[in-house]
Amino acid sequence: MTELTNLTVAQIRDGHRAGDFSAVEVAEAFNANVAGAKALNAFIVETPDHAIEAAKAADADRAAGTLKPLSGVPIGMKDLFATNGVQTTAASHMLEGFVPRYESTVSQKLWDAGCGMLGKLNLDQFAMGSSNETSYFGNVISPWRRKDGGNAALAPGGSSGGSSSAIAARLCPAATGTDTGGSIRQPAAFTGISGIKPTYGRCSRWGIVAFASSLDQAGPMARDVRDCAIMLENMAGFDPKDATSLDMAVPNWEAALSSDLKGKTVGIPKEYRLEGIDPDIDAMWDAGIAMLKDAGADVVEISLPHTKYALPAYYIIAPAEASSNLARYDGVRYGLRDLPQGAGLQDMYAATRADGFGPEVKRRIMIGTYVLSAGFYDAYYTQAQKVRTLISRDFTAAFETCDVILAPTAPSAAFGLGEKMADPLAMYLNDVFAVPASLAGLPAMSVPAALNREGLPLGLQIIGKAFDEQGVLNAGLAIEERAGFTARAEKWW
Amino acid sequence: MMSDYRIKGETGEWEVVIGLEVHAQITTNAKLFSGAATAFGAEPNTQVSLVDAAMPGMLPVPNRECIRQAVRTGMAIEAQINRWSRFDRKNYFYADLPQGYQISQLYHPLVGEGSLTIAADEKAGIPADKAIGVERIHVEQDAGKLMHDQHPTMSYVDLNRSGVALMEIVSRPDMRSPAEAGAYVRKLRSILRYVGSCDGNMEEGSMRADVNVSVRKPGDEFGTRTETKNVNSVRFVMAVIEGEAKRQVALIESGGTVVQETRLYDPDRNETRSMRSKEDAHDYRYFPDPDLLPLELDDAFLEECRDSLPELPDAKRARYLAAGISAYNADVLTAEVEAARWFDALLEAGAKPAAAANWVTSELFGALNRMGRDISDSPVSPEHAAELLGLVADGTISGTIAKQVFEKMLESGDAASVIVERDGLKQTSDTGAIEAEIAKILTANADKVEQYKGGKEALFGFFVGQTMKAMQGKANPQVVNELLKKALG
Repeated sequence: MTELTNLTVAQIRDGHRAGDFSAVEVAEAFNANVAGAKALNAFIVETPDHAIEAAKAADADRAAGTLKPLSGVPIGMKDLFATNGVQTTAASHMLEGFVPRYESTVSQKLWDAGCGMLGKLNLDQFAMGSSNETSYFGNVISPWRRKDGGNAALAPGGSSGGSSSAIAARLCPAATGTDTGGSIRQPAAFTGISGIKPTYGRCSRWGIVAFASSLDQAGPMARDVRDCAIMLENMAGFDPKDATSLDMAVPNWEAALSSDLKGKTVGIPKEYRLEGIDPDIDAMWDAGIAMLKDAGADVVEISLPHTKYALPAYYIIAPAEASSNLARYDGVRYGLRDLPQGAGLQDMYAATRADGFGPEVKRRIMIGTYVLSAGFYDAYYTQAQKVRTLISRDFTAAFETCDVILAPTAPSAAFGLGEKMADPLAMYLNDVFAVPASLAGLPAMSVPAALNREGLPLGLQIIGKAFDEQGVLNAGLAIEERAGFTARAEKWW
Repeated sequence: MMSDYRIKGETGEWEVVIGLEVHAQITTNAKLFSGAATAFGAEPNTQVSLVDAAMPGMLPVPNRECIRQAVRTGMAIEAQINRWSRFDRKNYFYADLPQGYQISQLYHPLVGEGSLTIAADEKAGIPADKAIGVERIHVEQDAGKLMHDQHPTMSYVDLNRSGVALMEIVSRPDMRSPAEAGAYVRKLRSILRYVGSCDGNMEEGSMRADVNVSVRKPGDEFGTRTETKNVNSVRFVMAVIEGEAKRQVALIESGGTVVQETRLYDPDRNETRSMRSKEDAHDYRYFPDPDLLPLELDDAFLEECRDSLPELPDAKRARYLAAGISAYNADVLTAEVEAARWFDALLEAGAKPAAAANWVTSELFGALNRMGRDISDSPVSPEHAAELLGLVADGTISGTIAKQVFEKMLESGDAASVIVERDGLKQTSDTGAIEAEIAKILTANADKVEQYKGGKEALFGFFVGQTMKAMQGKANPQVVNELLKKALG
């Protein structure tokens, strides 16, 4: 029998349904992989029992003929989603030991669909970071290594780096991610897997620890496009508990998957051709264009003129919202409380927040507080909002001449841990291609497209019109079929 | 005509300029952004949802009923209703503020410019009706409450109020005396209670005012204002204004300057003290709440809000005046919505307006006062009262008998007609019986008859009184009058 942990979500679902194996066998296989991969530090909490319980239920459902859409599929849950009775930390000291008595809407939907949970996946602290190095629980390590013979530890991307690393290392077939400015797409690209950030509002934010509310969006990460479609169908949907949730029916994305792009037009944004970029990136992009042409699509050059303002605008808006969203971590009601001897309320706030937040989180809280403060608000926040509107208009105009946009996901392959921590701006540049779609609330996904000269995966990004996840998935599928990306990290852990 | 209220200082007279920000708790079962209950006086922290406690990942969802009540309130003061409005976050740290921000509306409030009219009140120094501008009404969350008396070294937090919906009703600086401010608060409270958007209960904190006061020489530019927070009765509002105006005048006249600051009122000592100056004022870092979409109101919603508005105090008062009710009675009857509703039910049951108004404001209110009961729990229903008044109007009983009947109604709860029948209180128009009594009285008082005939016409009342007495009050006074006139020639 094929090794169960090599199966995709669709294969597990279908194989379980057909009686090829039991869900408990699947859960046990993944639990074993999780237990054997401590070196990757992908999980903050492992929940093998949760996976087994769900698997037993799946097997019982199969016997009773009451199978659910994802019966028998164990997954990883980014530790930004509140899980009832299971520690939820956002990879922070602030929430270390915090056990919610509620379940996020997205995770509840997945449990309702039959999934089991293998564990809570590590991430950048409060989802702020692009390398997973800001986690209070230690950085995740990518299973990938450069083929230069060295064994430098590489970043799995961020913030959903636990998710990307775990999937790439076959610790789980799929996982949840969240994407505020690239946190699903960039780690997917770094680890040779797929991930989609749907249209803002598709997935409920209820129960997800907030980073930047107007940008945060949950989405799946998995090994291929089909699995992303399957997972997203079971995560998305209107939620009356989230006022920004889209009140729209969830399409049957998996059933409508088609890599035939005849009649479709793909836009290539000229502003994404960066001076001095890694030639491997440009080569991959060109190869991607050829693949989509091969799939029947027309290709046109488009212009997104305000692209260069996207990153600065993002690094005003996201920290502004974060500075306010993270004010609730004050030591009064839950989480860390640091109350020095004889301290008053203000001292408690200061001590708790000084101790509970890491340097990157503090940096963003300070930036956000600054840009919202009296006298600076208009120059920063108002201006950034105007830029955001212009960026949205860029996309609207571009989509008059094309159906989807093709671009690289990130400007480089995975970098080594520690390489960029000293320079926050270099780190922020990782999101340069990812952030515009976030600001515009558009669906965007990353699919693995090639290996660079160091043998590391590179990802292509497809950006679609609002609500057109199908168009994004289909173009992704066309690339996936043609790129023939089968490389995987050799096990060293 | 302007208010002539002045503070007399050493350098002359000073005018007081007053603006009020009234916080009114919206009457709903649920909080502004969560489903938690809002009942007053519940055990601490028993009405707190995950949202109110700002647990990680929790999100606010606007409560439609709160928005509706604020819109209806805006319509009641003929204010501009903004079809597009938005919620902003007001950021500051305090232990009673779980989110670390209050969701409010700074930039785009739900309700814009409106106004309400305070009635002329000569005695209070309000010479004529006066319109007071309302700049805006916005909707916001209340904070929780700190309890400092539960533990020797710690403060406890009660989040029951956290997230409760408030309307902040911001007046223009249009008031010029404590009396005007008092009248404004009373009128606003009356309107809110008519609309049903706030119970107006100041003791329970459902309504409280931030009082902005400045002074100036008449005709000068506005002076620097101070804001006294959370004043929770009409009397205190008036006391704050008077005290603060005097303090400012004394300060200016002794060479000082008024600083823009927030003050607190201490009702026990009847004085305000500085809480924080403008320099220490928080930078609230207001910005649009990204968890909430802008509020967009459609025609159907606005139409329903308008259609569901009751007749408001001013319209009601005008209707009462047109029906022949005295201005005084109209004011008294319209001030409290419960009284107005009761009175309208009385009219609906067929009572004649002017007589009914007199009866309610004297007899009914007197009785309720005596019993210490509210009109909403009056022992006599409007229908029973209408029947009683009907018996007077059609001559079945006299006004004097009516008082006795009313007392019996209060005691027994029986209908007037039942009491009149049972106790034989029907007024008689039996001319034979009355003539017989008149004949006896005139005979017994021959001297007075002489005097009357000699021109002392005031004695007529004496004969009426004697006749009524002899008839045990049951004679129809009009018949008595006619028969007496005839007998006295």
